[in-house]
Amino acid sequence: MRYLPLTEADRRAMLAAIGVPSVDSLFRDVPESAWLKKPIDGLPDHMGELEVDRALSAMAAKSMTAGSVPFFVGGGAYKHHVPSSVDHLIQRGEFMTSYTPYQPEITQGTLQYLFEFQTQVALITGMDVANASMYDGSTAAAEAVVMANRVTRRNKAVLSGNLHPMYRAVIETHAKLLDFEAVTGRIEPKGASGGADDLIGKIDETTSCVVVQNPDFFGNLTDFTKLAEACQAKGALLIVAVTEIVSLGAVKSPGEMGADIVVAEGQSIGNALNFGGPYVGLFATKEKYVRQMPGRLAGQTVDAAGRRGWVLTLSTREQHIRREKATSNICTNSGLCALAFTIHMSLLGEDGFTRLAELNHAAAVTLAGKLAGVKGVEVLTDSFFNEFTVRLSKPAAEVVEALAAKNILAGIPVSRLIPGHDDLLVIAVTEVNTQADMDALAKGLSEVLS
Amino acid sequence: MSDWSKALSSFEGAAENMPTMTGNLGLQLEEPLIFEQGEDGRTGVDLPPVPKVGSKLGGLARKGKIGLPGLSEPQVVRHYTRLSQKNYAIDAGLYPLGSCTMKHNPRLNEKMARLAGFSDVHPLQPVSTVQGALELIDTLAHWLKTLTGMPAVAMSPAAGAHGELCGMMAIRAAIEAKGERRTRVLVPESAHGTNPATAAACGYTVDPIPANERGRVDIEAFRAKLGPDVAAVMITNPNTCGLFESEIIEIAELIHSVGGYFYCDGANFNAIVGRVRPGDLGVDAMHINLHKTFSTPHGGGGPGAGPVVLSEALAKFVPVPYVVHGKDGYSVVESEGAAEDGFGRLKAFHGQMGMFVRALTYMMSHGADGLRQVASDAVLNANYILACLKDEMSPAFDGPCMHEALFDDDFLKGTGVTTLDFAKAMIDEGYHPMTMYFPLVVHGALLIEPTETESKEAIDQFIAVLAGLAKKAKQGDQADWFKAAPRFTPRRRLDETAAARKPMLRWKPEEQSKDAAD
Repeated sequence: MRYLPLTEADRRAMLAAIGVPSVDSLFRDVPESAWLKKPIDGLPDHMGELEVDRALSAMAAKSMTAGSVPFFVGGGAYKHHVPSSVDHLIQRGEFMTSYTPYQPEITQGTLQYLFEFQTQVALITGMDVANASMYDGSTAAAEAVVMANRVTRRNKAVLSGNLHPMYRAVIETHAKLLDFEAVTGRIEPKGASGGADDLIGKIDETTSCVVVQNPDFFGNLTDFTKLAEACQAKGALLIVAVTEIVSLGAVKSPGEMGADIVVAEGQSIGNALNFGGPYVGLFATKEKYVRQMPGRLAGQTVDAAGRRGWVLTLSTREQHIRREKATSNICTNSGLCALAFTIHMSLLGEDGFTRLAELNHAAAVTLAGKLAGVKGVEVLTDSFFNEFTVRLSKPAAEVVEALAAKNILAGIPVSRLIPGHDDLLVIAVTEVNTQADMDALAKGLSEVLS
Repeated sequence: MSDWSKALSSFEGAAENMPTMTGNLGLQLEEPLIFEQGEDGRTGVDLPPVPKVGSKLGGLARKGKIGLPGLSEPQVVRHYTRLSQKNYAIDAGLYPLGSCTMKHNPRLNEKMARLAGFSDVHPLQPVSTVQGALELIDTLAHWLKTLTGMPAVAMSPAAGAHGELCGMMAIRAAIEAKGERRTRVLVPESAHGTNPATAAACGYTVDPIPANERGRVDIEAFRAKLGPDVAAVMITNPNTCGLFESEIIEIAELIHSVGGYFYCDGANFNAIVGRVRPGDLGVDAMHINLHKTFSTPHGGGGPGAGPVVLSEALAKFVPVPYVVHGKDGYSVVESEGAAEDGFGRLKAFHGQMGMFVRALTYMMSHGADGLRQVASDAVLNANYILACLKDEMSPAFDGPCMHEALFDDDFLKGTGVTTLDFAKAMIDEGYHPMTMYFPLVVHGALLIEPTETESKEAIDQFIAVLAGLAKKAKQGDQADWFKAAPRFTPRRRLDETAAARKPMLRWKPEEQSKDAAD
């Protein structure tokens, strides 16, 4: 029990100082019928560092890792190269083992990086302001809808059919249990512009918001400017979700298209795949909605000596002050993941971020061209960033299993998330994919489909 | 774009008070924003040239600059290292935040979380290729169910408050499945603010229950509020006064007797882990803050993880995804159609895997025997602080506490020193302050949680400092001295009112240069 410093002599001395005979007597407010007299059955006793390391390493070895095989799985989480200095810096104890910066004089480090994070997120999304991060992209999307309901005092959200199915499910769960309506547009794997027209037809005076994704779940890029105008005309807010934030280095920003709220998954910058979490939700909006925004905010101010400094601010929106009237129940952010994002983004800078996006796009264009020549593969997506959808001549789930047996992780069979689209496969490609990876996928597909 | 002299000029207004030209004080260095540094065309990464393959962006290529600064790798490393040095952290010293549980963060946990088999796997890889990751989730779920004595657990909530939302959604789903409509949720006045916020978010009216003079739920007031329209009671136990709700079994029976559910806020589970199973108390749903009880680091505000254990009555409403173990290994139920009664999905993917690995590592390092000792030592340390400071400070309640000791500001009465001033003076002595002004039911509250990973020596030193400050305040005429604190930090007291009145939430080139011109 190497983490427990008290010795038996310490414990005796402390009990004497308190004036009780035993630790049990300190638990005397617990009903005695609920006391456990000995350690809980069914769990092992403590282990040394070496034993724990062995046990968990053995468990870890049972999975196929992204870095060990040609890897093309995306769908809201992406394998990118993260510079070594990012993980080194976030593991500094002063960042990793500190708490929410409620005492600003001794947490200026955290507060300053949150201010930098907010600035970076606002810049790349093309919005006025951003908060200090949310849990992840999907929960940020649900919070955005709840915020739009509050701002517009309406209770119908219109969701694009091409929104990530899990994001859609999270919003629908909130709708069902938080008393608002969510209606979904057509699912259109091939080309989304028609999808935007379909959504425009669904906006009426009860619509609080329209939620779209760019690039969408199938990889399609869409200009939502017209949709933004249609929303504005009817008094609804346009929420744009971005699950691959690297795209914003190459693609027109949601802010330029007229979005009112941008939510995004920031995992791609600085953070590992981690089997789904922790990730970092980005949330940005227009200046006029700042006080309706959920989550933490770092703001600039001055100290007693007139020097510039940072504090958490606008906390009157939050649960610890407004309690049942708060803008959301959130009392945490993804601090350390936001830090990883900020450091990676600072390393990239304008040139690096733009170049990284171009590399991703070029790799995807290359792979799409290569796969278009494979018998049994039809590339459906015309304009995309680093992810696109193909139609296969065999059920995609079976193809993916067959390729996994050949140590190739080929992508996401759409049927895993949307029943009924058995022949569709979503393929992601990033800067980590080599020419050899792409050759292996093309060869593997042609073997399995022949 | 960088101009150091301009960046440093933000300190000019204070120059006459500053002992140095730069504002630096030895190793305490001023550090401009990243946006005030760098040069166009510089970068901290080496990326290969982009192959010329044409664009398929469909006319949506970004035009114009984003506005990100260009820095080299050493510049970025130095910037964030300097920022880190402006933070207090558990690695640097005792962090006595009540209700937040700042305990040792073992580096073994970090090492395990970075094993490629956990960190470099994708949530949508074929299930056959992620058996180790699913085994980890299933193993952690087994530990959580066993430690709490509950039959089911929802693993996906991303934080404690997210777990509350999950638990309250399960309760609402269960009520609706019975065809009932209930409108009220009872919440003690001393509850975490997340409890009423969560209940309201789930569409319920929040009805507060007063505390009695012993700092517990007033059971007669509670009984009087019960009725067929009550959906649930949300109680933190041990509560936010650091006390065990001694009538908890009766409270559970009462809420069940009107067809309502018992939501337990598990933020303080570390006080009883291994000694009491919440399932034995009648709890229906309880979130477990892995970052509190099981030592995943707080990370300056997150990420957290808040799995929710559920009773038999709520088990079938568990949201997707969940892991099941069959003869062919592990699989995941992830579509709503496949989970008959589940209330839906709370978050994309499987939950906070990185936190799961850290928590399981900590659990295995402690084992069943060690976790029991964790609760015992946490409670012993807190009671030792309470006993040693009872004469210098003013305990809020009589009797033993659980893992945190609560004082009110009675000992500061007439001194002109407030709880806030007292806390800021602690900073100058090298300590992070305790939780202040919470719970709200105690005037000027000071809530101190030492945790089990502090040694007797560290606690004795801490007690000596607090006792010394209390004595100094009570001497009289010391209010100005306290109000001037902290003196030796990178910044003195910060103007939070000004920050809220005219919010500046991001750097803007024009405003910064305007500031410099002012």
